[in-house]
Amino acid sequence: MADYVLEVKNLTMHYRTRKGPVYAVDDVSLSVQRGESVGLVGESGCGKTSIALSLMKLLPDNAEIKNGEVFINGTDIVPLSEKELREVRWRQISMVFQAAMNSLNPVYTVEDQIKEAMHYHLPGMSDEEMGQKIDGLFRMAGLDPAMKSQYPHQYSGGMRQRAVIAMALSCDPDIIIADEPTTALDVIVQDGLLKKIHELQQRLNMAMIYISHDIAVIAEVSDKVGVMYAGKMVEFSTTVNIFHHPLHPYTMALMSAFPSIVGEKTELVILPGEPPDLLAPPSGCRFHPRCPYATSICKEKAPEFREYADGHFVACWHPGGEQS
Amino acid sequence: MTNKEVLVDIKHLSKLFPMGSGMFQRSKVFVYAVSDVNLQIRKGESVGLVGESGCGKTTTGKLLTRLLNPTSGSVDFQTENGPVDIASLRGKAMKKFRRHVQMIFQDPYESMNPRLTINDTVAEPLNVQGIGSLVEREDRVVQLLESVGLTPASSFLFRYPHELSGGQRQRVAIARALVVGPDFVVADEPTSMLDVSVRTSVMQLMEDLGEKFGVTYLYITHDIAVARYMSDRLAVMYLGKIVELGDTEEVLHHPLHPYTKALLSAVPVPDPLHQREPVVIKGQVSKPINPLPRCRFYERCPLADKFCETHDHPPLEDQGAGHYVACYHI
Repeated sequence: MADYVLEVKNLTMHYRTRKGPVYAVDDVSLSVQRGESVGLVGESGCGKTSIALSLMKLLPDNAEIKNGEVFINGTDIVPLSEKELREVRWRQISMVFQAAMNSLNPVYTVEDQIKEAMHYHLPGMSDEEMGQKIDGLFRMAGLDPAMKSQYPHQYSGGMRQRAVIAMALSCDPDIIIADEPTTALDVIVQDGLLKKIHELQQRLNMAMIYISHDIAVIAEVSDKVGVMYAGKMVEFSTTVNIFHHPLHPYTMALMSAFPSIVGEKTELVILPGEPPDLLAPPSGCRFHPRCPYATSICKEKAPEFREYADGHFVACWHPGGEQS
Repeated sequence: MTNKEVLVDIKHLSKLFPMGSGMFQRSKVFVYAVSDVNLQIRKGESVGLVGESGCGKTTTGKLLTRLLNPTSGSVDFQTENGPVDIASLRGKAMKKFRRHVQMIFQDPYESMNPRLTINDTVAEPLNVQGIGSLVEREDRVVQLLESVGLTPASSFLFRYPHELSGGQRQRVAIARALVVGPDFVVADEPTSMLDVSVRTSVMQLMEDLGEKFGVTYLYITHDIAVARYMSDRLAVMYLGKIVELGDTEEVLHHPLHPYTKALLSAVPVPDPLHQREPVVIKGQVSKPINPLPRCRFYERCPLADKFCETHDHPPLEDQGAGHYVACYHI
C-alpha cells in the first residue's frame, strides 16, 4: 500500500469574473507519496499555481472549488474551516513562493518572521527552542545562522529564497509546494538552490510538488512529472518517461521546442498558435486547435485521463500520435 | 564570416555610473557597469551577449543604441559615408542614426504606449523620421505586420496593446523596430517573457526577418540555451568585461574561461538522465564598484593565484580561430 501524503481527486476550481467563470483547474487528479517529488509543468495560465493555491486553500475571494477532494494525510481539506485549516497549513503542508521578497515582511527580521509562524503553528515551544530550531534550519538551507537577525533587504536574492525555504520547513511539514522558487534567480545561484532543495527533500524524506514552466529545472528535481495544459492535466508519469517517451502531443511539442546547451543542436519544433482563453476553452480536447494529430473526435469529445501504460497516464485520443 | 565587413566597431567602451554623490559634491565612487569593452560586430551576423544580471549587458546594448552616452571609448558605426562614432552624433545626425539602429525590449507589456493603437505604434518611427507619404506609411505598416505573422493586418491595426497576447505584442515590437529598415537591431531579452510554445516561433521569426531585411543583431540574454539558437557568435560578460568571445558552438563545447565553464555547467539540461559537470565557482556576484586593478573574476575564480592578484584584468586575446579569452591561466 502506497503511503500517500497528498491525494487530489477530480479537483475543479474556477474564478468568477465579470465575463463569466474561468475554469483554471478542471478535473485534475494527482497523488504524491511520502519522499516523492512531483513536478508540475506548463505555461503561464495553465493552472499550475491555481492548483497550488487550492492545495493550501489560499484562494482569492473570487475563486471557488467547484468539485473534488484534496486529501492531506487522509483528511479532505476542502470542507475545512479557516480555523481547522490552521492545523493543516505549515505543519502538514507548506509553500515556497516565486517572489521571495514579497513573501517576507520588510520591517521584521527574518528570525522574527519565522518565529511568528512557529508561534502560531507550534504552540508551547519556548523562545529559546525556536531560536535553536531556526539556527538548525538556516544551516540546513545553507545560510549562516548569524544572519537570522537581519532584515530581508540585507539578503541577496538567492539568500532570501533560502530563508523562505527555511521558513517553509520550520514546522516540519509532510509536503512542501515550491512554486517557481528559482525563476527570478541567475543560473549559478539557481544551481546552488536546486541542489539544496533536492538534497533537503531527500534527506527529510519529504513529499514535494515542484511547479515550474522550465522543463529543464523540472528534469533536475522531480521523480514524476505532471504536464498541464489549459487547466487540464494532460500527462503524468515518471520523469524519464515524460522526457524520453512522451505520449501527449503537447508534451511531445514542449520537449522538442525546448533549447538545450548540450548535445547536438537540433531543430526546435514550432507549435502553432497560442494557449487558449479559459473563458471560452475549445470544445473537446483543449489542445485540438494546435495539435498536429487532431481528428474529428478530438473536436467533439474531451479525452479521458487514463492509464495508457503502467503508471503512465495521458488524456489524448491519439497518444504518441497514433491513429486508431 | 571573417572576411565580412565590420558594421559596429566597439573600442575601449566604458560606462561608469556615479554612486552616492550629493547635490554639491562630486562622486568619488563609481560602478564600472561597462569597462573597456572591445567587440567587432560584422554585417549580417548575430552576436549573443550573455551573462548574469548586473554584468552590464543591458548597459552595453543601450550604449550601442545611444540611449546612454559612454563615459569613454567609441562605437564606430558603418554608414554609406564611412564609419561614424555614434558618441559624437548630435541633432539631425543623431535622428538619422536612429533609422539605422533600433532596439527591441524585454517586456512587451511595458515598452508600448497603452493609448496608441497597433497602427500608431508601428507607424510612429516612420512619422518621427518623416519617411514616406501618409499612404506609403500605411502600406508599410500593413506589410510589416503581415511579415511578423499578424495576419490579416487589418484585424490588428486598430486594436490596443492590452487586447493582444504577450507573443503578439512582442511581434508588434519587432515590427516597430524593423519598420524603418534598420541595419542593426539590439534585442534585449526579447523572448524571456514568453512561454516555450510561443517563444520558438518568435525566435524563428527574428531569424527569418534578419535574413530577409539584412539585419545584424546583438542578442542580449541570460538564457544561454536560447542564445545558442539565436547567435553565430557568443560573448560572455562578467562584471562589465567581456571574458570570452567566439563561435557559439565552439564556446559551448570548449569553454576556456573559468567563468564560462561555471556558467555553462550551471545551466539545467532538459534531460533527467543527463549528469551535469559540477559548478566550480566561489562566492557570489559582487558589484564592480571602484574595482581593484586585477582580474574581475579573481575573488570567485578556482584558478586564481598570486599572478592574477598582482596584475591588471587580463586582455581579451585570440586563442586561435577567433576564440578570444581574457584569462592568464589557459
